[in-house]
Amino acid sequence: MQKLMKLTAALAAMAIPVQAVAQECTNDVWNKVMERGKLVAGVKADYKPWGYRDTDGSIVGMEVDLVADVAAKMGVDYELVPVVGSNRLAFLEQGQIDMFIATMTDLHDRRKIVGIPSPNYYSSGTNILSPKALGFKEWVQLRDKPVCAVQGAFFNKLIEERYGANIVAFQGTAEAKQALRDKKCVAFAFDDSGLMSTLATGDWEDFEMPLPTEDAASWGLAVPKAEENCIFGRFMSGMQYYWHREGRLIALEDKWGIRQTAYLAEQAEKFKDHLPAE
Amino acid sequence: MNGLEDFFVQLADDYPRWNFIWLYDARQADRILTGLWMTIKLSIACVLLSVVIGVVGALLQGSKNALVRSLIQGYIQFFRNTPPLVQLLFFYFALGQFTPVVVGPDGWTEQPIISNVGWAIISLSFFAGAFNVEIFRAGIEAVPNTTREAATSLGMGNLQTFAYVVFPLSLRVSIPALNNNLVNLVKTTTQAYAVAVPELLYESVSVWNDYPSAQNPTMLLLLVTYLALVGVLVFGMNTWERNMRIPGYGN
Repeated sequence: MQKLMKLTAALAAMAIPVQAVAQECTNDVWNKVMERGKLVAGVKADYKPWGYRDTDGSIVGMEVDLVADVAAKMGVDYELVPVVGSNRLAFLEQGQIDMFIATMTDLHDRRKIVGIPSPNYYSSGTNILSPKALGFKEWVQLRDKPVCAVQGAFFNKLIEERYGANIVAFQGTAEAKQALRDKKCVAFAFDDSGLMSTLATGDWEDFEMPLPTEDAASWGLAVPKAEENCIFGRFMSGMQYYWHREGRLIALEDKWGIRQTAYLAEQAEKFKDHLPAE
Repeated sequence: MNGLEDFFVQLADDYPRWNFIWLYDARQADRILTGLWMTIKLSIACVLLSVVIGVVGALLQGSKNALVRSLIQGYIQFFRNTPPLVQLLFFYFALGQFTPVVVGPDGWTEQPIISNVGWAIISLSFFAGAFNVEIFRAGIEAVPNTTREAATSLGMGNLQTFAYVVFPLSLRVSIPALNNNLVNLVKTTTQAYAVAVPELLYESVSVWNDYPSAQNPTMLLLLVTYLALVGVLVFGMNTWERNMRIPGYGN
């Protein structure tokens, strides 16, 4: 057994570039983007209105606008790569994208894999979309009932463990919503802000978002782990700081018809310059 | 056992990309095991059903009734020439609406008589079955006409000739191609993931969504597991092929 362990450890060690050494900034990705003159960014393509396909097939949305802003400040073009919850970290790690802004909740385990520069740019909580006819009032009412969801959402696990719901997770929001309409589940668990905009489309009149929102969590954008404390990571921190300070995010919420979140107002207040009025 | 668990906890600490979480966290281990069990059940059901479809289809292909023959031909063209993933989505989301439903105890959910697992089995079996029909046809057509005539001259009827002479001989010709197709089928069960059937890929993706640090080990597990599953199938098929061997027939 001892031998097996040593062997496994040795194999694992070989497979992983030693991270402890990776302290010095080589700024590989940043330099690559600058040389190429193009930023390749991962965004959602099924997450209205943060990132979704317009009628002409192009990807638009609030986060796409943020990517455009990043590229403009870097002085480069940008290319969008659609990602989903279950592949965005791997895409970034493998270098298929240079960074992503893709509705990702900032979590410890994710920070081990990718660089998530502070401050976070957004925040949302978890709620459900359910038929008014069922009249849900509390989360515990979901026990042992089928609840549709999307693969990759961190709260799937919480709803399962905390309330005993049976999560039926599909690959995209379209399938999950269709399954709810087809009565394959009693609710669709998702970000409250995403659900608000779904309800706002007017196609969901018999549905509601009935529960108290839970697990308010911050959204982080991501750069490669090695660049977290180098130019790219610091630059993205700066971008987020200015987005908050200048009210850019709040303006984008308005533009995309997203209900105003208290979080953005708080951040704008927090980062404003505290100079006495003249 | 505890020592081993500690080892993997330590490994995850030292190497954040190699978190073998399902080796020390009972909940994640449970997910992987239920996923594996579902994959095995799916594979067995689909392999058996697709072989049955193949045999029946090949038999009906030789029917004297032109309508039956064209029905089989239509079935083959439809299932063989469209992607299995599209079939699966079509069955589950489109046809699924027309199947009778049982209203759940909550008064809202309608449990279709055919569940997502049911649709996965049906769609994947029919997909692989379409190939199996052609595989068995190849075998049947490889049986010399003189052999059939010999059987007829012994007073055997059509069905008897098929069951006792043509089919057993054709099987020997069909096995290598059948082997290929069934191996493919076992791998294609991963597509059931698209309609949220909790098979191994679904559970694995769920695990690495919750623990991105477990992605590499879980992908490794997937690779090894499918190699093992296909290995078992191929071993079984090869043993069968050897047992079926008739000295002097083929090689």
